[in-house]
Amino acid sequence: MSVTQHAEPAVTAPPAYGPGKETDGRTRRRPLALQLLARPEVGVFLGAVAVFVFFLVAAPPVRDGSSMANILYQSSTIGIMALPVALLMIGGEFDLSAGVAVITSALTASMVAFQLSMNVWVGVLVALIVSLAVGLFNGWMLVRTGLPSFLITLGSFLILQGVNLAVTKLITGNVATDDISDMDGFNQAKKIFASSFDVGGVQVKITIVWWLVFAALATWVLLRTKYGNWIFAVGGNKESARAVGVPVNFTKISLFMLVGFGAWFVGMHQLFSFNTVQSGEGVGQELIYIAAAVIGGCLLTGGSGSAIGPVFGAFMFGMVQQGIVYAGWNPDWFKAFLGVMLLGATLINLWVSRAATRR
Amino acid sequence: MTPTNGTGTHGAVLQDTEPEDGSAVVELRNAGKAYGNIRALHGVNLTVRPGQVTCVLGDNGAGKSTLIKIISGLHQHTEGEFLVDNTPVRFTTPRDALDKGIATVYQDLATVPLMPVWRNFFLGSEMTRGPWPLRRLDIEKMKKTADHELREMGIVLDDLEQPIGTLSGGQRQCVAIARAVYFGARVLILDEPTAALGVKQSGVVLKYIAAARDRGLGVIFITHNPHHAYMVGDHFSVLRLGTMELSASREQVSLEELTNHMAGGTELAALKHELAQVRGVDVEELPEEEDLTAPVATAPEGSA
Repeated sequence: MSVTQHAEPAVTAPPAYGPGKETDGRTRRRPLALQLLARPEVGVFLGAVAVFVFFLVAAPPVRDGSSMANILYQSSTIGIMALPVALLMIGGEFDLSAGVAVITSALTASMVAFQLSMNVWVGVLVALIVSLAVGLFNGWMLVRTGLPSFLITLGSFLILQGVNLAVTKLITGNVATDDISDMDGFNQAKKIFASSFDVGGVQVKITIVWWLVFAALATWVLLRTKYGNWIFAVGGNKESARAVGVPVNFTKISLFMLVGFGAWFVGMHQLFSFNTVQSGEGVGQELIYIAAAVIGGCLLTGGSGSAIGPVFGAFMFGMVQQGIVYAGWNPDWFKAFLGVMLLGATLINLWVSRAATRR
Repeated sequence: MTPTNGTGTHGAVLQDTEPEDGSAVVELRNAGKAYGNIRALHGVNLTVRPGQVTCVLGDNGAGKSTLIKIISGLHQHTEGEFLVDNTPVRFTTPRDALDKGIATVYQDLATVPLMPVWRNFFLGSEMTRGPWPLRRLDIEKMKKTADHELREMGIVLDDLEQPIGTLSGGQRQCVAIARAVYFGARVLILDEPTAALGVKQSGVVLKYIAAARDRGLGVIFITHNPHHAYMVGDHFSVLRLGTMELSASREQVSLEELTNHMAGGTELAALKHELAQVRGVDVEELPEEEDLTAPVATAPEGSA
């Protein structure tokens, strides 16, 4: 009788070699739910759902289709600007002039068209150039001086705020621009920037469509293109990025110009929906955009974030802003609510990502 | 649908067209660098040949960093000559150096910690596909290539999607080396790759240095550890106060001498007699000046 010796190896042999098969074997896969929760976009999505449900319960008029369209519209005007602001933040900088830059753009278009009695499209084009130039100036100053973007854009914020008021008063003798609704090309431009269309009896503003299109585009650029890779790299570690050949200056400047583009778009929307522009507006909006991006999971210090997170962040803001009105509360509470939401969302994000990435 | 690789400078093509053995890829002749009034580097001669490891040793502040910054294109030299393939060059950006096949693996700034391993691997030289407005990253191919290249160098990672910041210091160095090798580097500059590593991880990095050398790359290995240098080096240059203190090939210098040169070399030997009068200083182990037989690079007069 021979006893067959069947020795079990004390340690299981590493898996056979094969492409994609062999692993280090030291890291355990975390459960999918935890992996999902670790993503900041998912956190803000849950937050947005919570706020939505809260107002569905607290403010019955919200349940109406047209209120929903209104809430989405409110969100879209924040959201369109929050997108480039978020990209810039992922790229490691932020822009305090974004709020007044919107008004600068609208004022430029309005005054160029009215004072020179030209087709509004000329004004729109000049405004685009001015907006991009503001972005170029911010970005160029940043890469030339190496100063923090906080300082540089605080400077341009104050400059633009002053110029907006002073130039408008100088040219129109008033704090607002003249009504341009009867000028050539107005209706055409309004179709693009400020029209609405009918969906099942509900008037839906076109900015909502633009918002979602831009968000999809930004997501694609961020995750699927070279440029997107560079954005993460310049925000995550500028020196490394430069050392491996990423055009850091180009990336930063173009991100600032992208914010300029966003400001132009929102500025044009405001101009063509209200026909006239109040020159003192826009102050404080830049913080709303930044807050939407931060709530959306963009890292304030750069290098991490998404384009879809700020979409939910902006939705939360629009929801609260309109929800308070529909609930019949004093709208003065809006800002207080915002602050609580910003802190709450940031803390929850922090807690969730710590809990989910714990190793 | 031809896969393009970004700026079009790389591709493994360069690897196969290395110059005939013996001719220098990178050469410094009497090179130096002054920052305003401060002369950081002076009269440095350095030759890098394919398939050889040139070690640059020196204490802190000896000018090692300035030297690699000149070769890698972050700074420009202010005196002497810098030749690549026997042609004088003056790089203005690291991109210029990369285009000539000179890749630098920095000790601390080689990677973007929050980005996934594969994105870091291809950062700055991403593979793309599709026509312009729709040109996008070829993610599948990049992941596959990164995985293959890392395995070639013996690095096995569970998940190329994990942020590179979660890897250990040694693994990160190895990824950076593998990246440089893949992108057709002919000359690899390693800035103190073992400085922050444990014993075992240092061994792993030294193994990759040897692997890179065997693939025909010229390696410039910056370190202040003579033991690590002697394990893989073919030629040793010791910098001290911005000038060359020693330049010797492996046959001309022993590990002991190298260590002595690093530790202060001839200066320390001169101090020996003075130290002997101080109680408690053991001078028996210190070499006499005449024991240091390796050819000492004679710095031109008037150096710092």
